[in-house]
Amino acid sequence: MSTATRQPAAQPVDRKPATMGQALGRALRDAMADDPDVHVFGEDVGTLGGVFRVTDGLAAQFGPDRCTDTPLAEAGILGTAVGMAMYGLRPVVEMQFDAFAYPGFEQLVSHVARMRNRTRGRMPMPLTVRVPYGGGIGGVEHHSDSSEAYYMATPGLHVVAPATVADAYGLLRAAIASDDPVVFLEPKRLYWSKADWNPQEPDAVPGIGKAVVRRRGSSATLITYGPSVPVCLEAAEATREDGAEGWDLEVIDLRSLVPFDEETVAASVRRTGRAVVVHESPGFAGPGGEIAARITERCFHHLEAPVLRVAGFDIPYPPPMLEQHHLPGVDRILDAVARLQWESDYTESPGSAEGRGGGVV
Amino acid sequence: MSGVPRLPAPQPTHEEVLVMTVLEQPGAYAPAPPPSWRPRTDAGPLLPDTEPYRVLGTRAAGRREGSGPEAELLRRLYAAVVRGRRFNEQATALTRQGRLAVYPSSRGQEACQVAAALALREHDWLFPSYRDTLAAVARGLDPVEVLSLLRGDWHHGYDSPGTRVAPLCTPLATQLPHAVGLAHAARLKGDEVAALALVGDGGTSEGDFHEALNFAAVWQAPAVFLVQNNGFAISVPLAKQTAAPSLAHKAVGYGMPGRLVDGNDAVAVHEVLCEALDRARAGGGPTLVEAVTYRLEAHTNADDATRYRTDDEVEAWRAHDPVTLLEHELRGRGLLDEATVREAEEAAEQQAAKLRERMHQDPSLDPTQLFAHVYAEPTPQLRDQAARLRAELAAGEETR
Ligand SMILES: Cc1ncc(C[n+]2csc(CCOP(=O)(O)OP(=O)(O)O)c2C)c(N)n1
Ligand SMILES: [Mg+2]
Repeated sequence: MSTATRQPAAQPVDRKPATMGQALGRALRDAMADDPDVHVFGEDVGTLGGVFRVTDGLAAQFGPDRCTDTPLAEAGILGTAVGMAMYGLRPVVEMQFDAFAYPGFEQLVSHVARMRNRTRGRMPMPLTVRVPYGGGIGGVEHHSDSSEAYYMATPGLHVVAPATVADAYGLLRAAIASDDPVVFLEPKRLYWSKADWNPQEPDAVPGIGKAVVRRRGSSATLITYGPSVPVCLEAAEATREDGAEGWDLEVIDLRSLVPFDEETVAASVRRTGRAVVVHESPGFAGPGGEIAARITERCFHHLEAPVLRVAGFDIPYPPPMLEQHHLPGVDRILDAVARLQWESDYTESPGSAEGRGGGVV
Repeated sequence: MSGVPRLPAPQPTHEEVLVMTVLEQPGAYAPAPPPSWRPRTDAGPLLPDTEPYRVLGTRAAGRREGSGPEAELLRRLYAAVVRGRRFNEQATALTRQGRLAVYPSSRGQEACQVAAALALREHDWLFPSYRDTLAAVARGLDPVEVLSLLRGDWHHGYDSPGTRVAPLCTPLATQLPHAVGLAHAARLKGDEVAALALVGDGGTSEGDFHEALNFAAVWQAPAVFLVQNNGFAISVPLAKQTAAPSLAHKAVGYGMPGRLVDGNDAVAVHEVLCEALDRARAGGGPTLVEAVTYRLEAHTNADDATRYRTDDEVEAWRAHDPVTLLEHELRGRGLLDEATVREAEEAAEQQAAKLRERMHQDPSLDPTQLFAHVYAEPTPQLRDQAARLRAELAAGEETR
């Protein structure tokens, strides 16, 4: 099943503003229409249409057996999804929020991720786990986690995060079509982001495992995904407008963390010679560490500076009133770019001296 | 799938099967399993009533005298639910004014909230969920401190060890094993302490609910579980949540008594909880209480309840309102004069006004405190991050 299964409409339909949430809903609807084995289930996904309304209308259109409100139990949702996949269905389950996926962790890690391997390929797990994820929406405790590092550290899971309306549709179709389990991370704060889009003729997008250069540049490469993509693009525009430094930043949207598109990243960094990885997830043992290591391995002789990371702090996700201090923003990204040894001498990070002095916190 | 066998025809009777298998087995033949399998408890006494236990508006209530400790309790419960209702209204209003990030209202559930708080003794512990701010407030905690989480202020605002109220818990049912562990620990230490854990109907589907109840029963921990069955888990009605005869019936499978009670009848809930807590403290083990109630408001201010329930249903529950039930009873027994009503309403209004005033002041959170309390001692990395944030903040001050 490809992402371009829809017939082009006879009359070209105008592209209209659509939100990422709508594109995701449309992807589910089209996948269900195209394949009777696609079943959507989870907490509040039926009658309510999901707390973010992504599954709105699916129960009405396809009936409660195809779009089902389950009992409130994430381990049960993922565990039954495993059984349904064993019997040939293609489950698409929703974890209501990032931090509420954790009760299902055992099923995900012990079964979903390794069933193909355990059964020597006889029992693939073609299921999709949709997870509204990340912060920036003023959510109280447990509603804003960036949990991708756990999933990335689990061999057998694909980990995908769209950042655009077109990708939301195309990547979710690809995830559902995939014969491997996909953890599909939907950046909550981009649910309401808009782009001109045509549901009759959704843009063909590259499949899972391909990164995309969102902005061409020559000075340095910002490598990011999901909710931080618009922030990096904004940072790139801001520095262009700011005549003083005038960096021309390239921005790569990874789109999929597993598989990781080393080629696109390495080609870019070899060209620019400098790289900053940006994500919301805590920096320590986070995705940026893996990415930076791979860049160093592949591009060492092309690098003008160490690969830097701009990440969430190494703290439990903060309360709404402080989350703006936690999330990587334009200033913090440009500050990292400024530290990429433009003058050949290493530039001290502001405050790092104090940090080494062991200032109390 | 093709080629899959259909369900088999009805099996031969038990006896026939046995005969078929033992024919090949020489030696001793015992048709029934040995006695060691037998259940160790009689299920009968554990079973809940078929109808929710009620006191208000029943003859049992009429028999009570017009004065004495019972009258006193009725008046206390009444004052507390009036205050509780007003608290809920005020918190909802504050949410509309942007002063709370979110508010899961317990409007309609005030009897459970208040009864839970008043049933506790000083050294008992309460384990609330996000919907149980009122229970904590009714226990005497500072409302502003209790609302810290929902305000978007620090995740937790009150002194848990000092108040013996665990932090409001958002991941569903995860507080239940904590309550069991704490209650068990108290017993190991020889303390006469019970833990009362609150959970919703939806939360009973989580694995942690099962594990907590099983541990509690096996350990005979002094824990009481109060399920506020308010009809819904966000949009999902109880019928999609469980096929059990009642949630209280679940107790039987763990070997603890299940009690079914009218959750809008503050006196009934209070009585059932007091009995269960007394039994727990005395070493009699845990109890599961299902309180049948209704969430009159949407799940939170962010929810649209019209998507999944009808006004008729809500109206029917409005007629069985916890505040009215108590008021009716008190008036019927001549325990409520206008002065008492005015007193309760004034106290409620005062509490609300104070809350309003305090919540309209912006809290000032120091961002550099984000790095405190992640560990007992911050790691070198955290120190570095704190220093960077401080530098950022200082730079921000300069450019301003
Ligand atoms: C483990 C977990 N999964 C999902 C959620 C999201 N969620 C918050 S409240 C809720 C419904 C809970 O219903 P119930 O237990 O009946 O409590 P009520 O809200 O009705 O008081 C859900 C699904 C959560 N908080 N925790
Ligand atoms: Mg409920």
